[in-house]
Amino acid sequence: MNAAVPLVEARGVTRILQEAVPVTLVHDIDLAVGPGEFISVTGPSGSGKSSLLYLLGLLDRPTAGSILLEGSDTSSLDADALAALRLRKLGFVFQFHFLLPEFTVLHNVMLPMQRLGERTEKQIVARAHELLGAFDIADQADKRPDQLSGGQRQRVAIARALANDPVLVLADEPTGNLDSKNSEIVRDIFVRIAAEAGRTVIAVTHENAFAEASERNIHLVDGRVERDDRR
Amino acid sequence: MFWRVCIGIAAAQLTHRRRQTVVSTLGVALGVGFYIGTSSIMSGSERDFTQRLVDNAPHITMKDEFRSAAPQPVFLAFPHGAVALTNTKPREYLRGIKNHGAIVDELSQQPGVIAEAALLGQAIMRYASKDISASIAGIDPDKERQLTSVEGDMRAGSLLRLETASQGVVIGQGMAVRLGLAMDDLVTVVSPTGLVRRMKVVGIFRTGNMLLDESQAYMLLEDAQVLLDKPFIANRVRVKIADADAAEDFAARMESRWGYRTESWQEVNRDLLGLFVIRNAITYSIVGAIMVVASFGIFNIISTVVLEKRRDIAILMSMGFRAADIQAVFLVQGAFVGLLGMFMGWAIGLGLLQLLASIEFTVPGLSERQGFVLDRGFLQFGVGGAFAISSALVAAWYPARKAARVRPVEIIRGAA
Repeated sequence: MNAAVPLVEARGVTRILQEAVPVTLVHDIDLAVGPGEFISVTGPSGSGKSSLLYLLGLLDRPTAGSILLEGSDTSSLDADALAALRLRKLGFVFQFHFLLPEFTVLHNVMLPMQRLGERTEKQIVARAHELLGAFDIADQADKRPDQLSGGQRQRVAIARALANDPVLVLADEPTGNLDSKNSEIVRDIFVRIAAEAGRTVIAVTHENAFAEASERNIHLVDGRVERDDRR
Repeated sequence: MFWRVCIGIAAAQLTHRRRQTVVSTLGVALGVGFYIGTSSIMSGSERDFTQRLVDNAPHITMKDEFRSAAPQPVFLAFPHGAVALTNTKPREYLRGIKNHGAIVDELSQQPGVIAEAALLGQAIMRYASKDISASIAGIDPDKERQLTSVEGDMRAGSLLRLETASQGVVIGQGMAVRLGLAMDDLVTVVSPTGLVRRMKVVGIFRTGNMLLDESQAYMLLEDAQVLLDKPFIANRVRVKIADADAAEDFAARMESRWGYRTESWQEVNRDLLGLFVIRNAITYSIVGAIMVVASFGIFNIISTVVLEKRRDIAILMSMGFRAADIQAVFLVQGAFVGLLGMFMGWAIGLGLLQLLASIEFTVPGLSERQGFVLDRGFLQFGVGGAFAISSALVAAWYPARKAARVRPVEIIRGAA
């Protein structure tokens, strides 16, 4: 890919929540994220960090402005096309693990691959095991999510986000619900996956240690970019 | 692959709420089971009844009467004229079907048609100082055997013995019991005109219909003509044709050809046949009501699952599942419940049929105890299954659509 084309780009993105009193979540944000970057997004609560992440992750649509993924505008795409892009190119990790409680850990990781349907069932199982192994939870594969600790669950969620080998991983406070030891483990994992060739990571966090581990920090205040530091 | 994922998720969510799933499945199953049970009774008895109407009696009966009085010649001469005629009296004519021999011959030439001239009348049967009023039928035994099922109902003797015995009569068992008659006894038959003859009992039948068994008597047409003092006269032409369903048309053609009132079995039993339509409507509305209630059960469980699984739906969508995929997941759940209900319903239906088949009861008017006549066709099972699946899908459709409209951001934002 041409290095000059940003992987994901926000152009004048504004998102207003239409309620009794309209709430502006993010306001006129211009942002370009290049391939391979590891970005942390920080800011006080209510500053629009998560909203920006959902917009960049094509989960939400901007009220004004547009999001470009790999140089092409996504505002004209319908919901199904956005879903297809999310499936193929994006991976989400949230503050809560959001694993499906009825399925085993292994099956949770397999789901996105099964939906994509580009691998055989055998390959899918193999890749799911491989991902779990990479995060030291291979032995938990056949357990249900509620039998795992919080840190383990979050690692499963990361494995699931990586299942279809996305170019962009979006994380919304991935360590927000963990104790310090597990936070460290999860943070290290993000550092590790961000270092993999061609993978971009954008993580919303309020942890300084996490922000410091990233290569670029975007600080939001009241829905606007206040600082954009590259290290 | 995609369907496997949908089905996998659907199955997992349903088995997670096992008790509710079982309850709503049972609802569907009971609906299907009862549908199979009731409709097999209904259609079984309908078929049995129609069979009897068709087989036990002639398909078509021509009577020695007219549907309407013949028009006066003056009206025929001046169809558009201002003609009034008062104080006319219908022409008197000799009762009986004119030229019945020719009619029977002409009808009998057609393939598959059996036609018989008969004379019906009334007489008193007297034996050992007891009297019973009887309906006399003067018949042709050979043709009567093919026209009606009397020969099959014979308990002793035979219709054919009428031809070999002199002055033979065939009576019903009810009459035989009431008069104390046995085979070969001589019974006194008194006609309305006062003619008295002694006739020999050459056959006893039992149809199960009390009215027939107590009052019907058969004899040769010639004997009846003598007894009733109507020489060479027949007042019925009774016909059986190859295709019973065509009887109405055939009767209409006969009537227009010869003018005599000609009734098909459908015309005679119009009210009964209409009753079946009403019965079927009742069956379907009851089963429909059961299925509607069952549908609410399905609607309830799937709505609950959708409500409970909003987070899972949101995460599946963020993962890249399309709205249609989510809808499919919940429709599949509905289909599961429907399918499971269908199979369980089939089992219940089979059990119910088994049970119904073992029941015997007495019907007023019939002397024999009898059981339900069941129609064990595939149709009931097919329709019941279709009922189950379609009602399940309809019930699942609304909650599934609601699931597909979940906006993942709202859920995830709310959870965080």
